[in-house]
Amino acid sequence: MPERTVTVASSSGLHARPAAMFVKAAAAQPVPVKLRIGDGPAADARSILAVLALRVEHGTAVTLSTGAEDGPAAHEALNTLADLLSRDLDAEPANG
Amino acid sequence: MADVLRGLGVSAGAAAGPALRMGRVPRLPAPRTVTDQAAERAAAREAFDQVGRELAERAARAADPAARAILEAQALIAKDPMLAESCDGAIGAGLDAAHAVHTAFTQQADGLRAAGGYLAERAADLEDLRDRAVAWLLGEPMPGIPDPGHPFVLIADDLAPADTATLDPRRVLALVTARGGPTSHTAILARALGLPAVVACQEALAVEDGTLIHIDGDTGAVTLHVTAAVIAETAAETAGSPAESFAGPGRTADGHRVPLLLNIGSADDLPADAATDVEGVEGVGLLRTELLFLGRHDAPGLDEQREAYTRVFRALPGRRVVLRTLDAGADKPLPFLSLADEPNPALGIRGLRTSRTRPEVLETQLAAVAEAAAAADADVWVMAPMVSTAREAADFAARVRAHGLSKVGAMIEVPAAALRAAQILEHVDFLSIGTNDLGQYTMAADRQCGELADLLDPWQPALLDLIASCARAGKAAGKPVGVCGEAASDPWLACVLVGLGISSLSMSRAAVARVGARLSRYSYGDCVRLAESALAAADAAAARAAVTSAS
Repeated sequence: MPERTVTVASSSGLHARPAAMFVKAAAAQPVPVKLRIGDGPAADARSILAVLALRVEHGTAVTLSTGAEDGPAAHEALNTLADLLSRDLDAEPANG
Repeated sequence: MADVLRGLGVSAGAAAGPALRMGRVPRLPAPRTVTDQAAERAAAREAFDQVGRELAERAARAADPAARAILEAQALIAKDPMLAESCDGAIGAGLDAAHAVHTAFTQQADGLRAAGGYLAERAADLEDLRDRAVAWLLGEPMPGIPDPGHPFVLIADDLAPADTATLDPRRVLALVTARGGPTSHTAILARALGLPAVVACQEALAVEDGTLIHIDGDTGAVTLHVTAAVIAETAAETAGSPAESFAGPGRTADGHRVPLLLNIGSADDLPADAATDVEGVEGVGLLRTELLFLGRHDAPGLDEQREAYTRVFRALPGRRVVLRTLDAGADKPLPFLSLADEPNPALGIRGLRTSRTRPEVLETQLAAVAEAAAAADADVWVMAPMVSTAREAADFAARVRAHGLSKVGAMIEVPAAALRAAQILEHVDFLSIGTNDLGQYTMAADRQCGELADLLDPWQPALLDLIASCARAGKAAGKPVGVCGEAASDPWLACVLVGLGISSLSMSRAAVARVGARLSRYSYGDCVRLAESALAAADAAAARAAVTSAS
């Protein structure tokens, strides 16, 4: 079961614009991705409401998972999303 | 439907463009019996898509990055798979699409609200999205001020104060409402924003979205199905309007001086650089002190009042500031005055009359005004609202002068006071006519009653007669008589008022340039002739027509 754990770098955590950017990127992936904190409940990464409800703060370690999906597409999706979370999205220009 | 609809012009100027109706929050009809759940699911999905698409389009056009981020986040919510699942579940349980969408959004909103904090603030967004999706499913216009990405004429049943927060005057060309009157919120807002407006135009709601219409805020005519040429011509006229170039001070073409003053509620309503001669304004003609204390359960203390007044006085060194003492009433509740419930508040204990039962409130206010006046060098005038008799005026004047304030006036809002203006002027230094209330009491027509909008028209010759008689009394006594009602914001009516002998005009900021520019094009003699033709007219419409066609 492919998973990646990454520390959220955005200064506002996974709220507002960083959350929206993350959800949009997740929806663009060919495989469904879930997001959780530690062993907490997993949220559908394509659902802005579910992601916001996790209340992920700056510096929190979160785990991305593709569940049963394995293969190059799953790994690529995890890499893309993990990279996004490890950047401070609040510091990037709004038109990105 | 006729090609020209008639309403009441309440904010001057002309505009033309595509009409768009503002929807209200949709009311769910009784649930339908569902025969085809797949069709309901498809309809619900389409509603989510539609709302998401509309928000994404608005986001793409938003110039402000913060506004764009908010709209993008809302568009994402509309496409949220959790919502779609929850909606499908509700349809599976037998609900129709509209009820299922409503349930899905409401559950999510309730959940966010229960979570508290940052998430609770998003609950209102979800409810807004819900109302949009449900309106789409019911075939109703989307609630709220439309944002089509191009200028438009806004058609609404009526506008509430909350609607004004989202009204962008660069997009909205003009306002047309089915209800309302000359002193309704829509009218006051339109004049404040400088937008042409027609109210009490009941047929307007039947105008289809996108119809090209022309509205005349002077005559109240709403013309449907105009050509693109008319729209271009109207836009060109508006752009070239001399109102843009008015620099003040207020005067007629032959130099007869008419100070133009502002109606304000607090120092926040003043231009940032009020101390300079901005927009040709020469001071404040009406400081509505009660707006500082609306809804308050505890009476504002001396220090708090002194501070609020000092801010205004200090912003206008050497300028006139006419302060009106607390004007409580049915539409302006001041719970700390604890006025009894009255069967007819407009005819009850309001304005100066509250000092009969609570004289100490007026005493505290006058003490605060006197201290604030001493701390700044504005030219402070003090007047009482709702004076009815010369005796009341004399009592008020004595109280004000006891505080060392030298300029005392009476507002003329009650016909009895207008008829006895000469006797009132024996006791006070000036009069200021509140045309909104004077109109309502003269015509025995409630200001809130949209169906009587024609009677509340400030062009009613009976109202003009009373104004003329006050102005004559002022001239005989050598004392100023101003107008601070909304009538002064109508450029044509302002010329008439000057012709009747009114010495100053006080209005909302947006009206100053228009009024000043119009006045500067006519001599005092022209204004007198315009006033005579208005007084000679049989009714309000004829008075307006006589003046606007004489130009």
